Amino acid sequence: MPSVQLVRLAHARSGDKGNLANVGVIAYDPAHFPLLRELLTPDRVKAHLGELVDGPVERYELPHLHALNFVLHDALEGGGTVSLMTDAQAKVLANAFLRMEVEVSREVADAVRDRGRAPEEVWKREMGGGGEGREGREKGEGW
Amino acid sequence: MTDGKLRIASGQGFWGDDLDAPVRQVEGGPIDYLMMDYLAEVTMSIMQKQRDRDPSAGYARDFVPLMERLFPPILEKGIRVVTNAGGVNPVGCAEALLDAAGRAGVPAGDVRVGMVTGDNLVPRLEELLEGGHELAHMETGESLAGILDRIRSANVYMGAEPIVRALERGAQVIVTGRSADAALTYAPMIHEFGWSFQDHHRLAAGVVAGHINECGAQTSGGNTLDEWWTVPDLARVGFPVVEAEASGDFVVTKHPGTGGRVSRSTVAEQIVYEVGDPGAYITPDVVADFTAVQLREEGGDRVRVFGARGRPRTDFLKVSAAYSAGYKAVGTLVYAWPDAPLKARMAERVLRERLDRLGLGFDEIRGELVGWSSTHGPLVGNPPPDIPEVQLRVAVRGPDRRAVERFTREIAPLVLTGPPSATGFAGGRPRVQEVMAYWPALIRREVVEPHLRVEILDESSYPGGS
Repeated sequence: MPSVQLVRLAHARSGDKGNLANVGVIAYDPAHFPLLRELLTPDRVKAHLGELVDGPVERYELPHLHALNFVLHDALEGGGTVSLMTDAQAKVLANAFLRMEVEVSREVADAVRDRGRAPEEVWKREMGGGGEGREGREKGEGW
Repeated sequence: MTDGKLRIASGQGFWGDDLDAPVRQVEGGPIDYLMMDYLAEVTMSIMQKQRDRDPSAGYARDFVPLMERLFPPILEKGIRVVTNAGGVNPVGCAEALLDAAGRAGVPAGDVRVGMVTGDNLVPRLEELLEGGHELAHMETGESLAGILDRIRSANVYMGAEPIVRALERGAQVIVTGRSADAALTYAPMIHEFGWSFQDHHRLAAGVVAGHINECGAQTSGGNTLDEWWTVPDLARVGFPVVEAEASGDFVVTKHPGTGGRVSRSTVAEQIVYEVGDPGAYITPDVVADFTAVQLREEGGDRVRVFGARGRPRTDFLKVSAAYSAGYKAVGTLVYAWPDAPLKARMAERVLRERLDRLGLGFDEIRGELVGWSSTHGPLVGNPPPDIPEVQLRVAVRGPDRRAVERFTREIAPLVLTGPPSATGFAGGRPRVQEVMAYWPALIRREVVEPHLRVEILDESSYPGGS
């Protein structure tokens, strides 16, 4: 089965409450919500985030929003003001979350190929180029 | 209120937000209320520190010149302002507001400022602890007694009731201390629609509206991930406006002609922001169930929000306390190709060894490579050797201010005494900051509620205000 990064299937927002962080993950296509429920088990999420989260991962569902909410315990090394992390308030923990590789059918992989990342023409327009070969750069190739 | 819709505009999402946003909200289209949220978890401790130095301080000072601009248009249009800008000194803030009204040319007697106080628990902490209220940390269970001598602020999250009372008494501007963020939005709904505090579903809808309003433009196209590159004109981003109906249903929108976007995606991202169990979002007035909430796009930057369910409030109020937990500082240097990440990591080792020899006794030293792994950490492995540059960021935290001070003098020497190709020290020596740690706790509501006070300040009660 092909694998894609979660960023193709969902958008997300994260934040903090004390030493807890949360990541709300929202399916772009409501039809993919059941797939997200199946793929994003608390265990798999915990395995993906590794050392970023010391404590347990809890999952909640917001079915009408096609969203899953993950509460991550002991994620911020002491919380918003004590933590020395750049991302002490978990503002971009959602982005790290969306790096997760998930296995999907060929049909789904083809359908979401262009989602979630700025298209090449936007790179060309705003940066004078650089949008091409983004997949390669993601994996650290081409430096 | 016209056409049965109550328009509540969001003007600030935090202390330090876009200063012109509230002006755009007042001038850019019809609104009935302007709410402004200034308080994050530890903001009160920062304000308390300012008040320790200057007894007249302790509130969001930039709110006063803002109101000097806003008084003429809001009084002309009949817009009322509800804000928690009062911080740890709502009375000082309200007095400054009357002065500002005078400077803005508002005739004496035309302004009534409501003040909501009683949330500050600091003067009562010893009495409360002695009375068996442990104020235990909600995550660790420890009693607050252990850090009592280091407490800098302790405030209870107040609900909508005192704000509603101030509205009933005719206040045009209501300045509170630590009101729950969402209450700034749903208190006007309770007041205007005559909702009962037992009407849990409508209150829950108000909480959802408040949650959507409380972070400003984060609902209307700012910081949205869904096709962010297509969000138009963020330079003139419109802040959200909630159009509430008596039923509890509401539409989230923004003023015509402004930038940004209101869509299912932008609203959904905000609904999940900083939420624990979405089935039980606990507020002082109701326990809201966000899982029942539905969204429907109506086109033209309008999203209808409906379906929220609520359950009775709990017997407790949440306390947000902050205590001094030492000092910290952050130093950075940029390392250049070739082998930039390797140089940065080896510089970090040199620095750590020097700090170790100095015996400074830090609780934590953290090194990060900005530009590679400072946000994705272990998920991204080692950086590619040919990366053109990387920023080394080293942060320390410890109980002794002098030790942290000493650390700040160890960064610059690395440029000449460490691995090569370091630059970017133009910002000077790092600044030492006091660390304020957050202490969330619960307290029985009957211990606090009798202390909550609503006062109205106008020219008659404050003769020095013109």
